[in-house]
Amino acid sequence: MQNPEKLSLASLAGRDFTGTVGDIYAQDSRLQCRDVDVFYGDKHAIQGVSLDIGRNEVIALIGPSGCGKSTFLRCLNRMNDTIPACRVTGEIMLDGHDIYAPNMDVVPLRAQVGMVFQKPNPFPKSIFDNVAYGPRIHGLANGKVQLEEIVETSLRRAGLWDEVKDYLLHPGTGLSGGQQQRLCIARTIAVDPEVILMDEPCSALDPIATAKIEQLIDELRGDYTIAIVTHSMQQAARVSQRTAYFHLGRLIEVGETAQVFTNPRHQLTEDYITGRFG
Amino acid sequence: MSRNNIMGEAAAVESGSERTRRLVHQGLARRRAAELRFRAYGIASISIGMLFLVILFSSIVSNGYTAFIQTELRLDVALDESIIIPDGKVSAEALAEADYSALLKQSLAELFPDVTDRQEKRSLYGFLSTSAVHILQETVEHDPSLIGQRISIKVPVKDDVDLFFKGRVDKAAAEEDRKLKDNQIVWLDTLKKDGRLTAGFNRAFFSSGDSREPEQAGIWGAVVGSALVLVITLALSLPLGMATAIYLEEFAPKNRWTDLIEVNINNLAAVPSIVFGLLGLAVFINFFGVPRSSPLVGGVVLALMTLPVIIIAGRSALQSVPPSIREAAWGMGASGLQTVFHHVFPLAIPGMMTGAIIGMSRALGESAPLLMIGMVAFIVDIPKDFLDPSTVLPVQIYLWADSPERGFVERTSAAIMVLLTFLVLMNGTAVYLRRRFERRW
Repeated sequence: MQNPEKLSLASLAGRDFTGTVGDIYAQDSRLQCRDVDVFYGDKHAIQGVSLDIGRNEVIALIGPSGCGKSTFLRCLNRMNDTIPACRVTGEIMLDGHDIYAPNMDVVPLRAQVGMVFQKPNPFPKSIFDNVAYGPRIHGLANGKVQLEEIVETSLRRAGLWDEVKDYLLHPGTGLSGGQQQRLCIARTIAVDPEVILMDEPCSALDPIATAKIEQLIDELRGDYTIAIVTHSMQQAARVSQRTAYFHLGRLIEVGETAQVFTNPRHQLTEDYITGRFG
Repeated sequence: MSRNNIMGEAAAVESGSERTRRLVHQGLARRRAAELRFRAYGIASISIGMLFLVILFSSIVSNGYTAFIQTELRLDVALDESIIIPDGKVSAEALAEADYSALLKQSLAELFPDVTDRQEKRSLYGFLSTSAVHILQETVEHDPSLIGQRISIKVPVKDDVDLFFKGRVDKAAAEEDRKLKDNQIVWLDTLKKDGRLTAGFNRAFFSSGDSREPEQAGIWGAVVGSALVLVITLALSLPLGMATAIYLEEFAPKNRWTDLIEVNINNLAAVPSIVFGLLGLAVFINFFGVPRSSPLVGGVVLALMTLPVIIIAGRSALQSVPPSIREAAWGMGASGLQTVFHHVFPLAIPGMMTGAIIGMSRALGESAPLLMIGMVAFIVDIPKDFLDPSTVLPVQIYLWADSPERGFVERTSAAIMVLLTFLVLMNGTAVYLRRRFERRW
């Protein structure tokens, strides 16, 4: 259904891209990305993306496979540094500092901007040690009692405390998939981050576990800023306030979730949402 | 499904799935035969391997177990005062210088009073090992109050007597071809009947170093030498090898230089071990002046030889740790060192231990490089520290295997048994440690 107000269809190669549609700025933003480019060797994976991520909001990054949403997410906590052939240019500001500045230390950055991965990856240690690892290495607890408090708080916030409180010394890998993912979220929360990045956190989980995680994201929103990459448009519609649509490395459209899904302003966005590709 | 043919009778025609089932069935017999054949090959190979192992072990043990037995002769020795302390005073020098050999000869002469000919007497006295004198001396020095009494002591016999008693002398051979002459055999049979020739545990084998006399030769010098060498090899190669593997795998940039290093390490693992011996000789002994034949230079040479094996096994173990663990650690804000030592390295320990086991086993059994640095010398004393000249078990085995005396044949096999036990113990420890560190993820 063609809406005459829509901009003309940019070719799939992105030749006629004229800029992101929608408001990339946020009122009270936590992270400001300006003109970010990512190269994997010669491949130009992310092209000139600018985006604000607002405080205490959940922003969903959607798009077809290979569009670069995970790559962009990993830029936000410099996880792309771990890939040798990867080069990032542009500015990403957190609290007024460019996280890609040469003198920026990655270690505290990753404590401020935490990450939850697609496949749950708890450490092969006990549940307690999993959650306690972050506070231990960053020196957040003075003594055992404080450490135990942090672990309990994190597990409660992640909605896992009641299920594991009697099994804290059991290995984290012995939990079910959904519980493991909540453990990973608890582990991330334990270092008191400001931003939590989630890279398709529910794609390896069953619907019930997925529902629990989505509910958890909603609860966490009060304290943290969350950016979530998701393949499921329904999930994006359920959990997020803003949605950003990526296509072949470019940011095509950004806006309020409701608007993007019911009344997308770019043809590519509409094609993706209606299932013409993806 | 059936159709009527021309005659109107129903004829069964195969459906597609029935045909498939028939074809699969036809092939089943052949496939089952192939499976059984392959299993038979596997069992046959294992059996052949085990058979050779059994043959090897039984030949070693059957040749060597008698080395743990030493024949002893019980003599009644009259501790004649006039011979031991002629001037009547008991002093350390007098006890040390006394003519104990005369006392022993006298006691032998008492047993065979009708042996008067000088030649015959010499061949009678030749039954005793040269260490018999020292044993008598130690007994007297330990308790000088025994002087003047008649004591009964057991002394080891010479190697040809020992072999005769163990039944390893061919009595049917002509007299000229034997070491023991007929009259000696008659005397020995008499002593055996009197119960004076007994078999005792060969303590000297485990307490003394090498000797020209087979009955006095022991493995202890070589065992201590091997242990000292291995301590240095382990202390040098294990930490260095593990650290190198960690650095190359986790921290080093992947460029042409690191590729070159990897190729060179792989090549070094295949270099013949004697080359490392030459290196030790040229650099450590000639240039740095480290004492020749010392466990220090032996250990360093073997450490150089073991390093490539440990590095290669270590890198392989680190590569097998799933990247998701590293990502989780980085995502938490762990630094490079913390990620490696808190998460990656503990999961890679079993693989590294395997590399260490392989490396250490090779090091324990190596003789060629150690021959180059001089550990082939005839070392009698037990080495006391890392700079004393010493020898190692494989070299000792080589030296004894080369010796002409018959007595060394059984000792070579016994030394091989000791070396194999050493190896099994070492590997057993390493396997136990590996299992303790095994963690499932």
